[in-house]
Amino acid sequence: MSNKIPKETLVGLYETMLRIRMFEEKVVELYPAQEMKTPVHLYIGQEAIAAGVCLNLVKDDYLLSNHRGHGHCIAKGTDMGVMMAEFYGKAGGCSGGKGGSMHLVDPENSIPGNSAIVGGGIPMAVGAALASQIKGLKSVAVTFFGDGAVDEGVFHESMSFASLKKLPVVFVCENNLYATNSHITARHPTGDIAGSAGAYGVPGVCVDGNDPEAVYECSKEAVERARKGTGPSLIEARTYRWKGHVGPDADFEKGCRPEEELREWMEKCPVKRFRERLLTSGVMSAEEMDGLRSAVAEEVDKAVSFSDKSPWPDTAELTRGLYYEGGGK
Amino acid sequence: MPWTTVPKMERTPGVEPGSREITYREALNEALSQMLGIDERVFIMGEGVDDPGGVFGTTKGLPEKFGDARVFDTPLAENALTGIAMGAALAGMRPVLVHMRVDFLPISLDQIINHAAKWHYMFGGKVHVPMVIRAITGRGWGSAAQHSQSLQALFANIPGLKVVMPSTPYDAKGLLMAAVADGNPVIFLEHRWLYEAAGHVPEEPYLVPIGKGEIRRKGKDATIVGVSHMAREAVAAAELLANEGIDSEVIDLRAVRPMDSPLVIESVRKTGRLVVADTGWKLCGIGAELVARVAEEALGELKAPPLRINIPDVPTPSSPVLEEAYYPGKDDIAAGVRQLLGK
Repeated sequence: MSNKIPKETLVGLYETMLRIRMFEEKVVELYPAQEMKTPVHLYIGQEAIAAGVCLNLVKDDYLLSNHRGHGHCIAKGTDMGVMMAEFYGKAGGCSGGKGGSMHLVDPENSIPGNSAIVGGGIPMAVGAALASQIKGLKSVAVTFFGDGAVDEGVFHESMSFASLKKLPVVFVCENNLYATNSHITARHPTGDIAGSAGAYGVPGVCVDGNDPEAVYECSKEAVERARKGTGPSLIEARTYRWKGHVGPDADFEKGCRPEEELREWMEKCPVKRFRERLLTSGVMSAEEMDGLRSAVAEEVDKAVSFSDKSPWPDTAELTRGLYYEGGGK
Repeated sequence: MPWTTVPKMERTPGVEPGSREITYREALNEALSQMLGIDERVFIMGEGVDDPGGVFGTTKGLPEKFGDARVFDTPLAENALTGIAMGAALAGMRPVLVHMRVDFLPISLDQIINHAAKWHYMFGGKVHVPMVIRAITGRGWGSAAQHSQSLQALFANIPGLKVVMPSTPYDAKGLLMAAVADGNPVIFLEHRWLYEAAGHVPEEPYLVPIGKGEIRRKGKDATIVGVSHMAREAVAAAELLANEGIDSEVIDLRAVRPMDSPLVIESVRKTGRLVVADTGWKLCGIGAELVARVAEEALGELKAPPLRINIPDVPTPSSPVLEEAYYPGKDDIAAGVRQLLGK
């Protein structure tokens, strides 16, 4: 257990991971009812990354995420109720039911919208960082993307521009080894994503993505570096997703990957491992853990009930809101 | 280089003596300069915007006046730059992204079509993307297939984008200022042959509404609709026809999304004849859309089948002989109107 990280931060990391895990477990539980008509890309197994990165951010720091964005938004502070309602296509959803699970938005928390096109959010984070720099603000922009996004040209274009302009942006690659079902060895010549940062004069670091403390510490450094105006960083966090590319089932059930591989990674469960470390080091007691679990369960239940009570969108909404009408504001 | 030479154009007829006339390029430069001065959220980026040439003069002097934090050169990374402009827009800026050729826009279609166009609707109106993408349609001197395209129909097909094509200096300034102030992603398409066109332009800032066409000439025998450079060819065609006693009404569409079809339909109800002259291709093009809208609402008013004037359904060839045959102009438009009148 790190001595450098204050106790409240360690508790915060655990709480954030637990909130993501329990929210998604509820989605897994509800999904087979076929009432949630949106493709869900579950984050279970990767919670340490969102928690570790986002605990370094303040409200005004921008977050640009991808199709697997539930965990990122929860970690940044988005209300679970508006997320759940969005999954159900309700009017009370964060995008009014027009976006679904892949298009979460939370301007209050500086989340200007998640892209479901692989790599799509990366340049937007660079743009948000550019805005921050031009305005002379201290806001940092963080973008989460998978290892598949590194295959895309826009990743390299964005790294190059951000480095050129010394922009306050943190690139966080969640390397879970698979792009849909394509293993990284079928897509990347070396598998060394952090190493590619050097080509752009950007520091790149590879971290255990199942260790929230390690992710917290290296992203703290990256965020501080960005905030000081020193420029961007790339973090490659190695992890594993337990569920399919999309949907609540595991991929090995479809023959898309070896079951043994999943079992090995489940042993490295970020939530379970961290829980044990917090208990053995005495940072939290079992009673505190249980209390936290009950509080999160209640929060998740409230999110479901918020969604249940939310009305359907008026069908007149279908053709409304194509253009912003506010003009010069 | 001769191919960078822009043809000289006649001054706008009918402008009051003593009123200020400047060129289309100067009007664009003035619009950008004034927007940078009025709104500190505005910035300009693109390949070569700080070149001595200043993108055909349109950004000339702006880096010196406003500094390289607000007017700056960029890497050749069109897709990322579009996303970067969009991210800055989402973070409260008003970016203007400049492309020397419209042909470079296809590299950035992901960010334009999948991202910028979708954002306001897809997120239930929670966020919006106030950005302008300027791109220039080239033509002439053997520019060939990758330096001369007219891709307005491609963008007009995408909900969430606005697509503007000014043909006069007055509209160039007013529409560019309106595009920057709009709050939505606007594709602003300029035609290189219009840069030397001079005309009346007020010195003070003003806005021309996006999506409103303009009647350039009133007439009763036929309606000619032109976009961009073809709007000027349409005016020239109407002058030719007037000498023959044919009285044409000319509409400059000015934007292709939103498209001012009500103005066209109203005109066709009066004239009963329609010719649409576009700088682009015919298949699924601007003319196809306008003819369809007229057919839907005023088929019974048509005295003759509508006619479309377009470039041939092939990429642009380079040879001067082929190029000369490639581009339609005032004579083709005039011939079309005569055909509709049976003359």
